[in-house]
Amino acid sequence: MNIQSCVEVCNEWDIVSARQLGRNMAKELGFGNVDQARITTAISELARNIYLYAGNGKICIEAAEKMGKRGLKIIATDNGPGIKDIRKVMEDGYTTSGGLGAGLPGVKRLMDEFMIDSVVGSGTEIIATKWLR
Amino acid sequence: MRIPILKLHEYLLITIQVELDDQTALQFQEDLLNKIHDTGAKGVVIDLTSVDMIDSFIAKVLGDVVRMSKLMGAQVVLTGIQPAVAITLIDLGISMREVPTALDLEQGLDKLRLELEG
Repeated sequence: MNIQSCVEVCNEWDIVSARQLGRNMAKELGFGNVDQARITTAISELARNIYLYAGNGKICIEAAEKMGKRGLKIIATDNGPGIKDIRKVMEDGYTTSGGLGAGLPGVKRLMDEFMIDSVVGSGTEIIATKWLR
Repeated sequence: MRIPILKLHEYLLITIQVELDDQTALQFQEDLLNKIHDTGAKGVVIDLTSVDMIDSFIAKVLGDVVRMSKLMGAQVVLTGIQPAVAITLIDLGISMREVPTALDLEQGLDKLRLELEG
């Protein structure tokens, strides 16, 4: 059974709600405080990307399981403009907002698994997972 | 929400104990610069002991307020950054290299005193 909790992101306060939800779930799943901080920060960055680039979208958080490992999965989706060149946004230091947000490479480093799927004109989905050690 | 700024002799002391949203962070930036202007404070300690997460936005606001205060002639030290926060910031790729830091409030005040008197 997998319970998913979601937060709609359309303003700055939703970013705070999304990361509070993430911290609570990370704590419940048994993550230590360093990984709790990593997960919370990753959610904050993803939520801010939605707010800045897509205007609105959704952050969903659920428990993950794979080959006996347990973890936490973040699913960030929006119906924004999409990303034209995914390879480019995954380069360190790339920004279109003039330095707001550490960008996706930072989120990838904070998490264990990172998948991005984006279609220009229809939106972006990012799935990032952290496994319990 | 407003973050209280305390005056102690020629220093300003701030301890951030709330979950920082964007508006609160930006309001704090403005409040601190106004307080420096009004009091003529020479040194500022921003204590982050109770802050359990700093994302790239909050890091930018904090880094900016250090540089802005410097422009006005006041020295800022960030203190009490938690281990989990330090690890996360470096993972994110944020080094805050040019921002003065100290382990705790006491060492932060010592650092300011050395720089202002020395």
